[in-house]
Parts: sequence; structure tokens; C-alpha cells
Amino acid sequence: MSPAKITIKKNDNSLHITSSGDWFHQSIGTIYNQLKQFDINPQTLSVTWDFSSMEKLDTSGIMVIIEFMRRFDASRVTFTYVGMKPDHQRMFLFYRKNFINAIPNTTNKNSIFQIIGKAFINISQGFIEFNHFIGINAYQFWLSILRPSLFRFKAIIKHLSSSGLQALPIVGLTSFLVGLVIAYQSAEQLKQFGASIFIVEMVSISVFRELAPMISAIVVAGRSASAYTAEIGIMKITEEIDAMQTMGFEPHRFLVIPRIIALMLAMPLIIFFADMMGIFGGMLIAKGQLGLTFSEFIARLHTEVPIKHILIGLIKAPFFGLIIALIGCFRGFQVTGSTDSIGKYTTISVVNASFWVIAINALISVILTELGI
Amino acid sequence: MNATTKSIVEFKDIVTQFGPNRVHDGVSFTINQGEIYGLLGGSGAGKSTLLRQMIMLQEPASGIITVLGQKINSLSPSQIEALQLQWGVLFQFGALFSSLSVLENVSVTLKEYTKLPIEVINDIAHAKIKMVGLPPHAAYLYPSELSGGMKKRVGLARALAMDPKLLFLDEPTSGLDPASARAFDRLIIELKYMLNLTVVMVTHDLDSIEYALDRFIILHDKKVLIEGTMDDVHNSQHQALDTFFNKHKS
Repeated sequence: MSPAKITIKKNDNSLHITSSGDWFHQSIGTIYNQLKQFDINPQTLSVTWDFSSMEKLDTSGIMVIIEFMRRFDASRVTFTYVGMKPDHQRMFLFYRKNFINAIPNTTNKNSIFQIIGKAFINISQGFIEFNHFIGINAYQFWLSILRPSLFRFKAIIKHLSSSGLQALPIVGLTSFLVGLVIAYQSAEQLKQFGASIFIVEMVSISVFRELAPMISAIVVAGRSASAYTAEIGIMKITEEIDAMQTMGFEPHRFLVIPRIIALMLAMPLIIFFADMMGIFGGMLIAKGQLGLTFSEFIARLHTEVPIKHILIGLIKAPFFGLIIALIGCFRGFQVTGSTDSIGKYTTISVVNASFWVIAINALISVILTELGI
Repeated sequence: MNATTKSIVEFKDIVTQFGPNRVHDGVSFTINQGEIYGLLGGSGAGKSTLLRQMIMLQEPASGIITVLGQKINSLSPSQIEALQLQWGVLFQFGALFSSLSVLENVSVTLKEYTKLPIEVINDIAHAKIKMVGLPPHAAYLYPSELSGGMKKRVGLARALAMDPKLLFLDEPTSGLDPASARAFDRLIIELKYMLNLTVVMVTHDLDSIEYALDRFIILHDKKVLIEGTMDDVHNSQHQALDTFFNKHKS
């Protein structure tokens, strides 16, 4: 392949341009820069462009020629071209017909005020929509209470299994490791004070009240909020939700209520399992580091740690389940149009769910402390 | 067809097998330069599979496929890339990159494979967008904002971005209204003449078959039932041909 070449001969008031070689994209960049650097002399009256020794031509070559023809036109220079091969000429004329002065992109130019304003409107709109979503579901839930046969028991069982049962291994492992680490870190300190036996209260109260519920909720938020958003989002894109609606299957009653109920039922059970695994982690360290046997540990647990700590952890569970399922489903219904909005809303859903889990936990902690429990 | 015709795509004794299910059993045909060539057949006859084999998305169980003079089952990665730059593919639903605007979709290969200045790339992309019959402001829209017909046109512009010699179309007129479908056929024919293209298309659309195709094959019962022009079909007395065309006409 011979590279594109151009020679420019200047006479008194005319230009003679000759192009040769293959005018392909591989070498056209240099030609473009060469032509860009040369100015049309005001004395120039006519330009002749000779293409007879040009071997090959592609779109990029044509575009460069058109670009410069337009420049000659703009400076009122008579332009003639000679020697273009018929094939090239056909393509050239076709592209000249289709050349456009690109209109500038006006869609993406926002001032800072517009950006802030839009963000504010988006947030308030989202808030209204979320309330609307809660309202629809509350209404559907009420209808189902009046006629319990409306509850989708099969779907509830299915989600109990997929969001509850199948979450146990990862929640259990995480909680076990956290219990282990808490015990390990405190064992050294307690030993120095000769208060080794307090490892039991240390581990159990922190795990029961805060750690197990939080860890379970965050893991479930990551697993289930994303799954709900993706499932419902895909159903929305493939118009399954529209199809359901036309058949009289209210999508919230079929898709949202079962997920909410399942997760509200599953969360306390998951958290209880996480409690046990966390305590087991603590017991292992207590035995290994401090020589406290399992039976001593459990005996002290019975006498010194009141049951209320477990109950406080478990009482948060349904709230966590509710907020995770609500956010996951809500974001799923927001998915529109293209497939990349699934990724976008799945991310938002996990971030929101994790945040609200932590916020609700903080709120409940404050309330309980104020009540003196 | 005169004696100087050059074969662009050649299939020889292709056998395709999905598990125990044999889809093609000795399919052979030749596509010549400058033709608009159709791959026809009933649903499930394996038309799209043939197309996918041509563009190296799928491999046959046995047989030889030659595209643009190269046997495609024995190419090095660099040869594959060189070959891929010489063809353009329009997928059935456009397969546009949803995170890119129309302009970016059309110019993505130019940006990746050429060293052209950005002004020239944009000029090319805008011209291709106009060439396929889209309005100028469409350049800044995103695929989710386009109708099905517009998506196909953008897909076509993207397929043409690198000045391919060979254009593959998978059901280009499906999902378009009759007027738009004919307009699309006319566009393909015009582009074929203007840009010296060879076009291979899978289609179900009987009007396209009559109006746009130069030659075609009809697949039936794992084999090529007939290869030729519409006249050849009219002269042939095959039972299966009648059912194929009647089924579409009724």
C-alpha cells in the first residue's frame, strides 16, 4: 500500500494540487494536517485538483477532499477537479450529497444552577414516588388482609428460601469471623485486668445487640436488594409487568408483597442464626486464649446476660427486612428503557438499602437508650 | 453474471451440529462480488446460524468457509482482526452500545482502528448517519431514545463506518412497517451501488426477497433446496418451494 501524497504548486493566482497514492485512513491524517497548515492566499482565484494518479479512496479521503473544497468555496475560489476515476467519483458525489455541517450538540450543556435544580427535583420526585410506592403496597396489603387468599403463599415460600435460607452460609460465616475477632481483640485486654471471665458479656452483648443484626442486614441488603431490583427491572424491560397488568395480576401484589413478607419473616431467623454463629466464634477464642470451657461460657451466659439483649437485636429485624425489600423492589420498578439502567438502579438500590439499614439501626439504638432499655 | 465475477463468500459441505441435533448436513453455496444475497428458509432452518458462521461467532462441525479469499477456520488473531475490519454486521435489533450516543456508536471503530483527526472522524460519522436516512439531531441521542427502525439505521451506519466490502444483515426489515421496510430495501440497493458492497442478508420478508435480492438460497431439511434467482424458483416445481412461498403469501 502506497501512502497518500499531495503536492501543491502555486502559480500567480492559481493553485494546482495533485494527489497520488492510496487515500486511505492509514495515511490520510498527515494529508489533513498538511492541508490545514496551508492558507489560501487572497490573490488565489482558481484551484485545480488533479486526481488522476490517486489509486484508492475511502471515506476518510473523501471527507478531507470535501472539507477543503468547502474551504475553497468559502473564499470564493473557482474549484475544478480532473481525472477522478468513475468509481471514486460516484462515491465522492454520494458523500458530498450526504455531507453535513454537524449541528452542535446542545443536549448536554447545563449550568451549575441547572444541575443543582435538576438534582433537587429528582430527589423530591424520588421521595414522592417512593411514598406513592409505599401507598400502593399498603393498599394491596390491606386488600390481601381482607381476603387472605390473595396472598401469594407459594411466592412467599420461594423468596423465604432464596433470600433467607440461601443467605445463611455467608451470613453465618461473616458473623462467626466477627465474633472471633471481637473475642480475640478483647481477650488480651481483659487478661491484663484479670477480668477474663467478662469475655462472655463482652462478646455476647455486642454480638446480640449490634453486630449480628447489622452484619446480617448489610449482607442481606447486598444480596437481596440487588436481586430484587434486577429481577423486577428485567421484567419491566421485557414488558412482563405490563403483561401481568393486562391479565389482572396486580404487579405489586404479585411481586412486592411476597418479597416484603418473606424478608420480614426471614430477617429475625437470619439474625438469630448470626447470633449463634457469632457467639460460637467467641467461645472458640475464649477456650483457646483464656482457657474458658464451653460449659463455663454458656453457664455464665445464662446467669449474667439478660434475654433482652437478644430480643433487642431481633426486634430490629423486621424493620431491616421491610426497608431492604421496599427499596429493592422500588428501584426495580424505576428501571426503564435500556439495559444499562438495570446496572444503575441495582447499584443505587444496594447503596440505599445499606444506608437505610444503618440509619434505622442508629434510630432504634437512640430510642431504646432513651427509654432506658 | 459474467466470467470475471469473484467469489466473496464460499461455503463448502458445511455440517452443523447442536448436540444430537443436526442443523446443516452438507450445505454449499457461493456468494459473488456485488450481489445482494439472501439466506432464506423456514423458522429454525439455520439461516442465522449460517450468518453467524460467516462472521465467526460460531463454528461448523465440519466443512470449509472462505470469506474474502481467506479460509476462516485457520486464521491467526491478527488475520482475524484484519478480516473483521473488512466487513460490517447489522444485527436484528441493532445491538447498539446503550451507553454511547448515536454519534459515538458510529465512530467507535474509527476511533479504535484509525489515527484520523477527530474532526475527520466526526465528519465521517455525520455523513454515515445522514446516508442511512437519519436526521442530523439524531447524532446526539442515545439508543434508548430511538425507535426500532431508527436503531436499525444506526446499526447500519455503524456497520458501514469502516467502509466495509462486505455487509451482513440479520433480518433487516423485520419489525418495520411495509413502507419503511421498502425504504430500507431501497437504501441497501443504493448503498450497494454507491459503495461497491456485497450484501448478505437473512430475511423472511417476501417483498424484500423479490425486490432486493439478486440471488438466494433456500434452506430446507438440513440442505440447500435451491440456489438461484427468483426466476429459477418460478421455473422449479418443487413441493417444498410452494409451501415456503405460499406460507409467506397467505
